[in-house]
Amino acid sequence: MTTNSLTFPRFIPRPKSDTGIWSWIGTVDHKRIGTLYGLTAFMWFIVGGIEALMIRVQLAQAESTLIGPETFNQLFTMHGTTMVFLVIMPLSAAFFNWLIPLQIGARDVAFPRLNALSYWVFLAGGLILNFSWITGNAPNGGWFGYAPNSGATFNPGLGMTYWIVGLNILGVASIAAGLNFIVTIINMRAPGMTMFKMPVFTWMTLVTSVLLVLAMPVLAVAGIQLQTDRVYGTHFFNSLGGGDPVMWQHIFWLFGHPEVYILILPAMGIVSEVLPTFARKPLFGYPFVIFAGIVIGFMGWFVWSHHMFTVGLGPAANSAFAISTMLIAVPTGVKIFNWIGTLWGGNLKLNTAMLFSISFIAMFTIGGLSGVMHASPPTDAQQQDTYFIVAHFHYVLVGGALLGIFSGIYFWWPKFTGWFLNEKLGLANWALMMIGFNLQFAPQHWLGLDGMPRRIYTYAENMGWENSNLAASIGGFVLGLGILVFMFNVLYSKMNKKIAPADPWDGRTLEWSTSSPPPPHDFDVIPQVQYRDDFWFKKYPETVAEYYGHGDDHAVPSGAQFDDEPVNAIPTVSGGAEDHGHGDDGHGGGHAIHLPDKSYYPFILGVGISILGIGFLTHFSVFLVGAPFFIWGLLGWSLEPVNDPA
Amino acid sequence: MWAFLGSDVMFFGAFIATYLVYRGRSLNGPYPSEILNIPVTSVSTFVLLMSSLAMVLGLHYVKEGQKNKGTLWILAVVLLGMVFIGFQMVEFSEFVNEGLTPRTNIFGTTFFILTGIHGAHVTIGVLWMAFLAYGSHKGTLRPDNALDLEIAGLYWHFVDIVWIVIFTVIYLISATDGPPPGAELLHG
Repeated sequence: MTTNSLTFPRFIPRPKSDTGIWSWIGTVDHKRIGTLYGLTAFMWFIVGGIEALMIRVQLAQAESTLIGPETFNQLFTMHGTTMVFLVIMPLSAAFFNWLIPLQIGARDVAFPRLNALSYWVFLAGGLILNFSWITGNAPNGGWFGYAPNSGATFNPGLGMTYWIVGLNILGVASIAAGLNFIVTIINMRAPGMTMFKMPVFTWMTLVTSVLLVLAMPVLAVAGIQLQTDRVYGTHFFNSLGGGDPVMWQHIFWLFGHPEVYILILPAMGIVSEVLPTFARKPLFGYPFVIFAGIVIGFMGWFVWSHHMFTVGLGPAANSAFAISTMLIAVPTGVKIFNWIGTLWGGNLKLNTAMLFSISFIAMFTIGGLSGVMHASPPTDAQQQDTYFIVAHFHYVLVGGALLGIFSGIYFWWPKFTGWFLNEKLGLANWALMMIGFNLQFAPQHWLGLDGMPRRIYTYAENMGWENSNLAASIGGFVLGLGILVFMFNVLYSKMNKKIAPADPWDGRTLEWSTSSPPPPHDFDVIPQVQYRDDFWFKKYPETVAEYYGHGDDHAVPSGAQFDDEPVNAIPTVSGGAEDHGHGDDGHGGGHAIHLPDKSYYPFILGVGISILGIGFLTHFSVFLVGAPFFIWGLLGWSLEPVNDPA
Repeated sequence: MWAFLGSDVMFFGAFIATYLVYRGRSLNGPYPSEILNIPVTSVSTFVLLMSSLAMVLGLHYVKEGQKNKGTLWILAVVLLGMVFIGFQMVEFSEFVNEGLTPRTNIFGTTFFILTGIHGAHVTIGVLWMAFLAYGSHKGTLRPDNALDLEIAGLYWHFVDIVWIVIFTVIYLISATDGPPPGAELLHG
């Protein structure tokens, strides 16, 4: 490439092979990184699920003594932290990685090595967080770690330090991934794909990425402040020194509420892809769905104090946040109406993916409605810290995010692997999950209204809570059985492969135009995009007139005033610094397709970052071990050419 | 890079907001009015602002292909950044000598963490610039990849602008902050 460039000594040769473990450690392919994200997140999902079942076993009977209060605190803290940061977020990241380049007609993300780094750092954060179990000192301050309960005075020991260090490392991974997808979506769309011709999932990924990039640093600040309080004796949350514990709540929830939308928006994107495909209709009111997503992403920043109605911020603050919280239900409701409108009059194909998506709408609506209930401060004062809240957020996170993700798994599995998941087992998977989920969480609504507080490790016999708790525990195990059926389904379908064609569902978006699974370079020829749902209209040109008006190829669907530029006026997009194999190659035909070479440096830098993190947990001398890896990774990375000269 | 800077805005924003909320809530001294040395910090602020000028000139000459002038101005950025950090180290040690540490009071906590985080950003910038100055000297930083320097420059200017905010809220606004009303009751 260049005649004189700085070099860095290469202690280990660059990975070249396409198979074996080293090819995975050195991979920069977005599809492989997506697979790694998915597998790792599913592993944590099992861990978090076992924690949940242990909680349910303990609560199945009154005055149970199976699990002591100490362990119980650790269980609910780690269950919440795991499910939020190590399951839902990375499962969404797996879909981002797999789908975004395929949906926008690109050959990889903008920064493939940064993408790899983000995975390794995520893995390190999860391992550090869960390593605390082995030390017997797992975090026990709840997933939102309220100070001063999480401070050194009331919480000595390393548990909450693990939590802080783990989350801050995970934050690095999230910010890196967020940056990557923002740049990818803005810069690397196929020629002709204007913003308002992007698939809805891509749009929701963009909104989620912006939220990630803006919200995670706020969590980092909260973590740093708590850490200095705990370790160096500063006074951020110590009222004796002039600090204020309520500050923690403000900073945490300023991160925490956008985080809620980080969890749900990707699932909304998935559902918005599945429903039109199996209703065989375009998404009803595409611009409304997009704008509702943007509005949710924006307003999500102005509702955080609804987690703090009982703190005593005063009627003015409470009223303002009550109003903003009720308002944010409007764009969410808009989306629900759009999904129902998509189904309306459609030619529905009720397979597993579709069933999960339809269940998403129903369950998410229930969770959304109970959310509007405690948007009212007086109502919330009654429900705060009861099982009603637990029921609410499980209806949006399990009934919403997780069902959406399962819908996406069944929908895109043939694209990812080249074979189908078994539909009969899928039906059993869906049915068991739905029955178990509702049996577990519906009774918690009335348990909460009946006054059962969350986070208690047991309850007295005469409270009248036994039957509902027993039902919830049975439901938990039925839900777990549903997950087992899913795992069995994967194994069964792998052994009895039913090969999937490139376009098994008669899909609408670009990822269905390439083979299943896609080749390493994704597309042989970079597609030229003319319409929203371009692939559909390429397959069925006769339907163009039906949706786009008569005769005029360049006409746009009604309501989309952003699309009225003629296609040939859109410049070919040029990619970022590491974007090779894009642009000219797509049109020229005869050229070889350049992909970035594999690299070990993201892994080495990830190792460095995790050892530095361990230094915060143990002793500063550990920094001396981590620093060489960090510097090696950083310098080697900076001075390594994206492609070695052939 | 712009997206990353947006992320960093939230990072500093949360720290600055913490400082502002906690302003004037120290229950014991030293209070800002007793300890802040505004003339000296004004000098270090001037130094940091001048480094941004050097940054602009460095980028200009690298884009023009004037290798030596470019290298020189990038080195000037490194030097001015180091001078700023030197000022900060002197200031920190003086404060500690006068009895203000992060543990003393809430002013100490918020002051040291906020300015310390900023100092860490400047340090990263200095290392980055030194790396680029070496590249410019070796001839690997040329007009055709001046974007590398431009991106580093964005970061540098950002850190500079953040300092202007920090200087305003900590030094200028809080300069007269003394004990909060009623603090004397605490110490009888």
